[in-house]
This record gives sequence, C-alpha cells and structure tokens, in this order.
Amino acid sequence: MAGSNPNAKPMNLTLKVWRQKNRNTTGQIVDYQVRDISPDMSFLEMLDVLNEDLLRKGDEPVAFDHDCREGICGSCNLFINGRAHGPEAGTTTCQLHMRKFSDGDTITIEPWRANAFPVNKDLSVDRSAFDRIIQAGGYVSVNTGGAPDGNEIPVPKEIADRAFEAATCIGCGACVASCKNASAMLFVSAKVSQLALLPQGNVERKTRVENMVAQMDKEGFGACTNIGSCAAECPVGISLENIAILNREFLTAKATSNNLA
Amino acid sequence: MFQDSKIPEGPLTEKWEKHKFNVKLVNPANKRKYDIIVVGTGLAGGAAAASLAELGYNVKAFTYHDSPRRAHSIAAQGGINAAKNYQNDGDSVFRLFYDTIKGGDYRAREANVYRLAQVSVNIIDQCVAQGVPFAREYGGLLANRSFGGAQVSRTFYARGQTGQQLLLGAYSALSRQIAYGKVKMYTRSEMLDLVIVDGKARGIITRNLINGEIEQHAAHAVVLATGGYGNVFYLSTNAKYCNATAAWRAHKKGAYFANPCFTQIHPTCIPVSGDYQSKLTLMSESLRNDGRVWVPKTVEMAERLRKGEVKVSDISEDDRDYFLERKYPAFGNLVPRDVASRNAKQMCDEGRGVGSSGLAVYLDFAEIIKRTGADAVSQKYGNLFAMYEKITGEDPYKQPMRIYPAVHYTMGGLWVDYNLQTTVPGLYATGECNFSDHGANRLGASALMQGLADGYFVLPYTIGDQLAQTPPTPVTTQHPAFAEAEAQVRARINKLMSINGTRTPDDFHKHLGHIMWEYCGMARNAEGLRHAKAEIQKLRREFWSDLKLTGTETEMNQALEKAGRVADFLELGELMIDDAYNRNESCGGHFREEYQTPEGEALRDDENYAYVAAWQFNGEDQPEILNKEELTFENVKLTQRSYK
Repeated sequence: MAGSNPNAKPMNLTLKVWRQKNRNTTGQIVDYQVRDISPDMSFLEMLDVLNEDLLRKGDEPVAFDHDCREGICGSCNLFINGRAHGPEAGTTTCQLHMRKFSDGDTITIEPWRANAFPVNKDLSVDRSAFDRIIQAGGYVSVNTGGAPDGNEIPVPKEIADRAFEAATCIGCGACVASCKNASAMLFVSAKVSQLALLPQGNVERKTRVENMVAQMDKEGFGACTNIGSCAAECPVGISLENIAILNREFLTAKATSNNLA
Repeated sequence: MFQDSKIPEGPLTEKWEKHKFNVKLVNPANKRKYDIIVVGTGLAGGAAAASLAELGYNVKAFTYHDSPRRAHSIAAQGGINAAKNYQNDGDSVFRLFYDTIKGGDYRAREANVYRLAQVSVNIIDQCVAQGVPFAREYGGLLANRSFGGAQVSRTFYARGQTGQQLLLGAYSALSRQIAYGKVKMYTRSEMLDLVIVDGKARGIITRNLINGEIEQHAAHAVVLATGGYGNVFYLSTNAKYCNATAAWRAHKKGAYFANPCFTQIHPTCIPVSGDYQSKLTLMSESLRNDGRVWVPKTVEMAERLRKGEVKVSDISEDDRDYFLERKYPAFGNLVPRDVASRNAKQMCDEGRGVGSSGLAVYLDFAEIIKRTGADAVSQKYGNLFAMYEKITGEDPYKQPMRIYPAVHYTMGGLWVDYNLQTTVPGLYATGECNFSDHGANRLGASALMQGLADGYFVLPYTIGDQLAQTPPTPVTTQHPAFAEAEAQVRARINKLMSINGTRTPDDFHKHLGHIMWEYCGMARNAEGLRHAKAEIQKLRREFWSDLKLTGTETEMNQALEKAGRVADFLELGELMIDDAYNRNESCGGHFREEYQTPEGEALRDDENYAYVAAWQFNGEDQPEILNKEELTFENVKLTQRSYK
C-alpha cells in the first residue's frame, strides 16, 4: 500500500547501531542492513522493521525508548548521525520521517551520551536524574483542595504565554546530549522560568532555584558555557533566554536568601 | 442479584455532599499506618498518589515508564471541561451533567456523572494553583473555548497541549511527595498480577523492566490507574506501551469488567499509510470548527483521484459532497465523534474515499484560509498543521488534509461502585481504567476531567471508608498468597520464553488488531462477531504455540514485555466481542448494523439494554458470566440523540 507520495521509492540503508548489554558492560557499534524502507515511515517504524527482522532471525532486537510517537511524551531519544533527534530541526525522533534520508545512506544511531544518563541497554538510557531535579523543587507547594478560585489569580496574557512556552519542555534530554559539557541548564531553566514568571511560583522562587541547581550539580551534569547547542537542538524550541532567567534567579536568590543549600 | 453500586440516597444534587459526610474517616494519626499501592501515574494515578500522600497515607506508586511524566495523558490536545460558567453563557453543573449523560447515549450512572460535573470546578482551581499555564484573556482571567459540539464555552486549555500541562501539574505534585518521602516511586516497573488475601486486594507482583526481577509489594489497598485498552486494535491513537495487563490480571482475580465493547473511534486522525504503520496520530477535534469534511460526489471521480489521474484541486465545488453539512444541517461538521466517524466510514464503504488506499475523507481549510487569511489560520492551528506536514509530507495550507477515524478511547473498563471500588474489596480503579462516567460515548475534553476528578477529589474521600474498617496493622508479603502469585507470574514468563516458535509478538498483535477493527470496530453485526470470536480463539492457540522471543527474562527484554501484553489483549478482545454480541442495540460508540433507524442512526433499546454489562471471570476457557447493573434515570428523560 503506497502512502501519501505514490512516486516515492523504497530505500535500502546501512545502520550503525550502538549495542550494549547493560549498564555494566562496554558497548560497540554493530552494522545492519535494512531494505525496502518507505519514505513515509517514521524513523522508529524503520527501527521496528529492523527489530522484527532481528527477532525472526533469532537475534536480540535493539532496545530503545519510545511511547506516544507523536512528539510529546519525551521518551524517544536517539542520537542520529551525530545530532540529537536527527537532522530535522524542531523534531523528536518519533516525528522524524524517512523521507529526510536517501537510498543508500549510512545512518549512525547512538544513545544520549552523558555521565548523568547511564545506558540501560543499547539505545535506552536512565534519565531519572531529571526527575530528582524536579523533586528538589520543581513545583508549587499546594495541597489538593486548598486552592482559591482559578480567576482569583489573574495572570497577564503575555506572562502566561511566556510561562507556557517554558512549560512545554518534554524532558527528553536532547539539551544534555547536545551540550559538549552535558549540562542540564536548559532543562532546569525551563521549569525555573515557568514558575518564576507566574505569581503562583513567587513564594518559593528563591529556595526552588537554589535547590534545583544544587541537585543538578549533584547529579553530575556539566556546567553551562553559553554555547547554545541545547536550544538549537531542542525539539520543542525551549529558548536560551530561560538560562538567562535561571542565572538571574539564582544570583538573586544567593544574594538575598538565607537558604544554605 | 447485582452487587451494590452504593449510590447514595437522596436528591441528585445532594448525594455527594451527603456521602462525603457519611463515609468513615481515618484518624489523622492513623493515616501513616496505612500503605496504599497506586499503579499507573498518569492524570488519575499521579493525582491520586499525590493527594493520598498529602493526606498522610504511605503511597507506593508504580509506572512502567522511566518517569511519571511520560504517561499518555500527556498527549491529550484539546482541553478540559469544567462547569465554571465564567463565560456567562448558561453553563451550570446540571448542564455539564446533562450533556455528559446524553453524549454517553444514556448508558452511564446519573449519580457518578453529576458528581463529576460538581468537582470539575475544583479541578481548574487546583491546576491553576499548581502553576498550570492555562490560556488567558488579556485581562488576565482564564480563557475558554467551545469544544466537541458543546453549545457553551466550558473548555479550559493550554494551546493544543492541555494534557501535557495538566500531567506535568500532577507530576509536580507527585514529585513533591516523593521528595517528602511520602510516595515511594517505582519506575520501569510493570504490574503483572494482583495479590488477594482473604478476599481482599493486598498487593501486587511486579517485574523490574531493567533487570527482570520479580518483586512482591503489599499494601492495605490497591488503586489501578492504568488507562484504557484501545491498543487491542493494534493501531490506535494510544501510545505504544498502553496496555490492559494490570486491569486484565485484576479481572481474572475477580474484578468485573464493564461494557468492554464501548470503544470510541475518533473521526479526525491521519490515515494509515502502510503495513509498517505503528500508531495513528490524532488531529485535534478543534479542526472541525473550521475545516469542512467532504468526498467526491461520485465513485468514478473518487477512483480517478485515487489513481492520480486528477488532482484534488481539479474537483469543482459542484462535484464535492460535504456530507456532514448535507445530512446534519444543524450541527454540520461538529456532530459528535461517533456520528462523524460512522459517516466517514460509510463514504469510504460506498467507494468515495480518497487517498491511495481509499480509506480517507478530506478535511478542507480552503474556505477559512480564504476568509481570514493563512496567518490567522496558523495562529489557531499552526502546530497541528506542522505535525500533519511532518507525518504526511503534504501541506494542509495548499491541499485539504486527509483524515480517517481511529480508535481513541475506551469507555468500558473495570466495574466500580460509587466509591470507585471494584468488585474486589480493597481494589479501586480510576480514570480511563474504570467504566464509570462516559456511558457509551465520551465527549471531547472530558477524559482529562474524569482522570483528575477521580484522582484529586473522589478517591481520596472514598478510599478512607474502606481503610477505616481495616485494622491499621502492618501488612507484609508473608502470606502464602504472595508466593503463589509470584510463582504464577514466573510460570507464565517461562512459558512465553520457552515456546520458541516463529512469529513475533507484534505479528500476533497486528493480526488481532485486524480482526478487531474489521468485526468489532466502527460497525458490528452478529455474524461478523461470531466469526471474529472463532478467529481470535484460533489466533490465541497459535500465539501459545508459535511465539518467537529471544534473550532472557532476567534483563531488559522489550519483546517479552510486549508478548505478555499481547497475551492479555487476546483474551480481552474475545470478551469485547462477547459484549458487543450480547448488546442487541446500537448506542454511542457501539453500532450494531442490525439496529439502526431508517436514516442510519444508532437505535437504542432502552427497555432491554439500559444496563451496565459487568462480566465476571469464570475460569480459563470458560464463558464469562454476565451481571447486569440496571441504570435508572430520575433526572433526565431518555431521548433519541439527534443532531439534524
């Protein structure tokens, strides 16, 4: 059955895929051939084809993380030809389609590389460090049931829109994978900005930024040197401006709060 | 006689208030002596785990994802309904209740739905307080839109990413409780069985998806918030990992499964492009506010289009059939999901479908682009148009979108009483995992509402009633029921690993999906259902004799995970067929071809089928027992739905 483009020709590709049994072993690149790949396939569907083939032949399929396959859950995380989520800007791996490649191409597929993201198996990595950073303060401390009427907290539209932009981070980790220092600044700054911009986040803004940054350092992420690869490769367009906001929030907090964290 | 659904006495508007007063309370000092397991950490589970921990209970939360932030609640686009009446346009708790009951084609409980409408207003307040960045008006107040054919603007939204923002809100509340040590979070952990001790749910058996370890966990109560079972159809808008295993395991341990045949087909999805297709992507329903749905008037024209002999732009206005506007002049392109879906299917069945497969209809924005300009359209739908272009390679500003219905949501699920407790004492089900509020068809922007209502505002009250009657003594995994359940889980995994056949889990899953979509999808009939039942039984035998897996069970093994889920889908699929066969009427998402009006609309049979079909497991390979919970309607009059 042909797809949207009946003239598109199927492709044959060489894949160089990172295989690693588990966290405690070393990995290596293994070559595979895939044939008759439709340009209308998504990148992950192309990997499905490879995996079905491997399984039928009695080999172990390539482990990779994915779930919603519509670009919002943040699960998928492949480093494709040296770029987080591959060649198309503003796109998660699951939304990348094979029409961006050509017949005969060789494609290198690796996991995120960062000390704070150990490999589970093959292309799957452990990103629980991100969760621990959020647990350190990425919330407003409000219990269920204690909220005032929604319209009692007016928020200027412009502020709400900026907070929304920051809040759209999908937590995929492409920022870390793209940074030569493996810094998590863009991820952390997105949450800090969202809550610093909104009145709801104001009460805890100092302790929040201090605690989140402390946790980020503890997890072993690198420092930010303002290169900006993170924002350039972010699939949902989280702006570098957030890092500036984070720095301002952090300095203000350190200069004025009594928190010793 | 059916088990008590525990609907409180008294007038509809007072039931929940009275019930909250009548449920027993757990002494604040005693709450920390109770352990609660929550399985699934999407909207319903995340909200429940956070709220229960805030109350003082010890919560153990489980997800098969690497983080609670990945749950498929995140993908909901359109919005969340609440009866705030901020727009002064005549909305009220009663109207939201009425719309939901009617939209569900009168197959939901009045008392549950009314409570849902009541607590809807608290959800918005809670989310705003958490810092969820809802859309705002210039004055700084919350914005609303009308959605899914509702005649009032009661939908709150965060651009096309409402589910994401609400889930991240619940995730932040959950994260806070994890930091406090009140929630112990188990990620990459899949529930594979329920443990019952002396007739009560007392724990679960899980598999660690990284190292394959099988673990036992005990608690005073177990809450399932594990989502729906739309992936029975293989292709659906659900995420790839969505599965029915936790709910199905609970069903086989005694929890009744209600209305399994009630599945929702969403009309506006991107059509299938090839056999390799792994999932279907929804295009938000909001597109139907401005897009016009059409197919060519004649089969000949459609054929020439499919062959590429003519282009869509060659088809004149006179040769186009805007079939929804023609058939439903009052609602036009905004008819409810089930009606829009069936009509698209009908056009394709007539041979007037478009796209190379013929399984698509057009959703055309030419008129709105001409009227308001491409910029204005981009403001409204930019992200959706971009997503469409990414997936199809076609530009919807220049040519109409091709859309086709796809499985989206399952209204059926574990049977629960008014307290959200299943037929197994101590076992609760929330969110899409239960059957409770949407009847035979769910309205747009109501899934987020129900998940959060259950998690934030219903379960935290009702679970105390049961716990207050349970001694606050520590629970352990010492009881032999735990070892027994673990042994069963291990035996099943070993069986899967040792078949050593030729077909992959995905291969079986696709085959099952074909059967379900063909015979138990948008239209069903008795003959097709009988045929499908035999086909599924055959497929299940093949699965257990010809499955191929590699690797071991003591490491990360995604094919093994998938195989276990497919094994359960194969059983659930058969029950869905039994349920569809039993229900000799058409209602909501369940359309039996034998039961339709002369105009082809769903024909209900209120005299014989105004009941919840709650199926009881009766042993392997035994027919399940049908229990009927009669539905009584005291506050709404049952009418034929009409959108003409």
